[in-house]
Amino acid sequence: MTPSLLDVEHLTMRFGGLFAVNDLSFTAGNGEITAVIGPNGAGKTTLFNCITGFYKPQEGRIALNHPDGRMALERLDDHAIARRAGVARTFQNIRLFPRMSVLENLIVAQHTRLMRASMFSLAGLLGLRRYRRAEAAAVERARHWLDRTALTRFADDEAGSLPYGHQRRLEIARAMCTEPRLLCLDEPAAGLNPRESAELNRLLLDIRADEGIGLLLIEHDMSVVMGISDRVVVLDYGKKIAEGTPAEVRGDPAVIRAYLGEPDEAETG
Amino acid sequence: MEYFLQQLINGLTLGAIYGLIALGYTMVYGILGMINFAHGTIYMLGAFISLIGYLAATTVGGAPVTLALLLALFATMAFTALWGWTIERVAYRPLRKAPRLAPLISAIGVSIILQNFAALAQGTRAKPLPPVIRGGFTLINSDDFPVSLSWMQIIVFVMTVTLMAGFTWMITRTSLGRAQRATEQDMKMAALLGIDVDRVVSATFVIGAALAGVAGLMVTLYYGVIDFYIGFLAGIKAFTAAVLGGIGSLPGAMLGGLLIGLIEAFWSAYFSIEYKDVATFGILVLVLVFRPTGLLGRPDVEKI
Repeated sequence: MTPSLLDVEHLTMRFGGLFAVNDLSFTAGNGEITAVIGPNGAGKTTLFNCITGFYKPQEGRIALNHPDGRMALERLDDHAIARRAGVARTFQNIRLFPRMSVLENLIVAQHTRLMRASMFSLAGLLGLRRYRRAEAAAVERARHWLDRTALTRFADDEAGSLPYGHQRRLEIARAMCTEPRLLCLDEPAAGLNPRESAELNRLLLDIRADEGIGLLLIEHDMSVVMGISDRVVVLDYGKKIAEGTPAEVRGDPAVIRAYLGEPDEAETG
Repeated sequence: MEYFLQQLINGLTLGAIYGLIALGYTMVYGILGMINFAHGTIYMLGAFISLIGYLAATTVGGAPVTLALLLALFATMAFTALWGWTIERVAYRPLRKAPRLAPLISAIGVSIILQNFAALAQGTRAKPLPPVIRGGFTLINSDDFPVSLSWMQIIVFVMTVTLMAGFTWMITRTSLGRAQRATEQDMKMAALLGIDVDRVVSATFVIGAALAGVAGLMVTLYYGVIDFYIGFLAGIKAFTAAVLGGIGSLPGAMLGGLLIGLIEAFWSAYFSIEYKDVATFGILVLVLVFRPTGLLGRPDVEKI
C-alpha cells in the first residue's frame, strides 16, 4: 500500500443536533484517487469543508502527512491549509474569479510564491530581476496548465465568459497551479456531457500519474468513480458504511441499500 | 466663455482631490462591501500632518521649500497609511463576521475619536498656511475676465494623474493588485488559493489612506486653511463621488470625483455658492434613484 497522505480520524461535525459527519475515519493515499460517494446529504461536501478549513470540526483530527511534517489541518487557517499544507479544492458550483482573465485566474493562484519573490510587492514596484523571473515562471506554469486543459486559446478571455465545461477544467487548472499535495474535487463531472466526462477522467488520471499527488473526489457520476478511482469511501448519514476498491464497494449490500433504500418489508417490520 | 473656462479649471482641480479620496472609499467597498466612514477623517489627519510636517521642516529644520514639501508628503503618506492600517485592525477586523452594521458603527466611532483628538491636540480654530507655491500662467488675457492656471493647480493635476496611473498599474499588473481583485470577487476562494486575505484587506486600507493623505496635503496647500472638521464634508462628498461613478469601480471613483468637482464649481459660479452642497447631494439622490449602480458601476445580477 502506498504511504497515506491524508488521515481522517473520528471526524465529527454537527450543525445543531444534526450530525453532518459522524465519527468518520479513513485515509487517502499519495498517488491515489480516493472517491467519496454517498446519497445526497450524506456529508460529503461537509467533509470537504472540514478538510479545507471552511468548518472547524467539533471532534476528530484531519492530518496531512507533508514532507515538512504532519500537519493538523483542523488547526490551520484556510489560507494556511492551502499555502503550507498544499491542499487545493474545486467546487460543485464553480468558483472562478469571473471578471479576471483565464490566465490571471491561474497566476493569482500562485500569489504566495510571487509575493515571497517580490518581497511583498516592493521588488515588484521597483521591477527587480528576481521578481520578473518569478513572474515569468508563474506565467510559464499557467501556460503549462492551460495547455494540459486545452484552454490555451482562451487565455485572455474573461473566465466568466467561458462555456461551463471549460470553466470546470479551468478550475482544476487553477487548483493545480497552487502546486498542491492533495487535490480535492467536488463533483468535477457534474453537468458534463459524456465526451467531456471522458476527457476529465483522462486529465485526472494524467495528474495522478505525472504529479504523484493524492486526489480526493466527490462524485455522483459512477462512470467516473468506477473508471478512475483506486479506493472508494461510501458515506450515508455522515457515517462510513463501506470502503474498498470500486469492485468491492459495488457489490456491498450496505451500499446498495443506501442508494436504493430498504426493501418494503423492512419498512413495515 | 472666459469665466466658464476658469470655472472648468477650478472644478477639475477640486474634482481631482475628491477623486483621490473617493478611490479609498471605492476600494474598501469593493473588497469588504462596506463603507469606511472613517476615511474622511483620515483625509483631515493628512491635512494636519502635512501642515505640521511642512512647518516643522521649514521653521525648525530650515529646509528649502521643495525639500520641505517632499518631507511633508512622505510624512503624510506614512502616517495616514499607519492610521488606515490601525482603523482596519481596530474597527473592522474584529467585526469581520459580525452583522454588516457593526463595523459601520465602529468606523463612525473611530472617526469621532480622531476628530476630537485633532480638535484637542490642534485646537478648534482654523489653521492658516501662507501660500507656499505662488504664481502661474495667464491663459487668456481678456479685459473683463483673465483666465489663469496656477502652479498649485498644475501640481494638483500632475500629482493626481501620477498617483492614479501608478495605482491603476498596481491593480492591473502587480501580484498584490491581482490578489486584491481576486479577494474582491470571492474572498473565501482567494483564501483557499493561499492568499492571506487579511493582509490584502490591510493593504487596501493602507493604500486608500495614503491616497487620502495626499489629498489632505494638496488641500492644505491649495486652500491654505484647514480645521479639524474638514474631513466630514469632504468625506461625504468623496463618498458621493464614489457612488456617482459606481461604487466598487476604480475608474468610476476618479470620474465621479471630477464630476462632483465640476458640479460644485459651476453651481457656485452660475447659481449660488451657498447652495453648492445642496447641488452635490441632490445629485447623489438623483443617482441613487435613477441609476443606483452609478455611471460605471456593474449591475449586481444575482443568479437564482
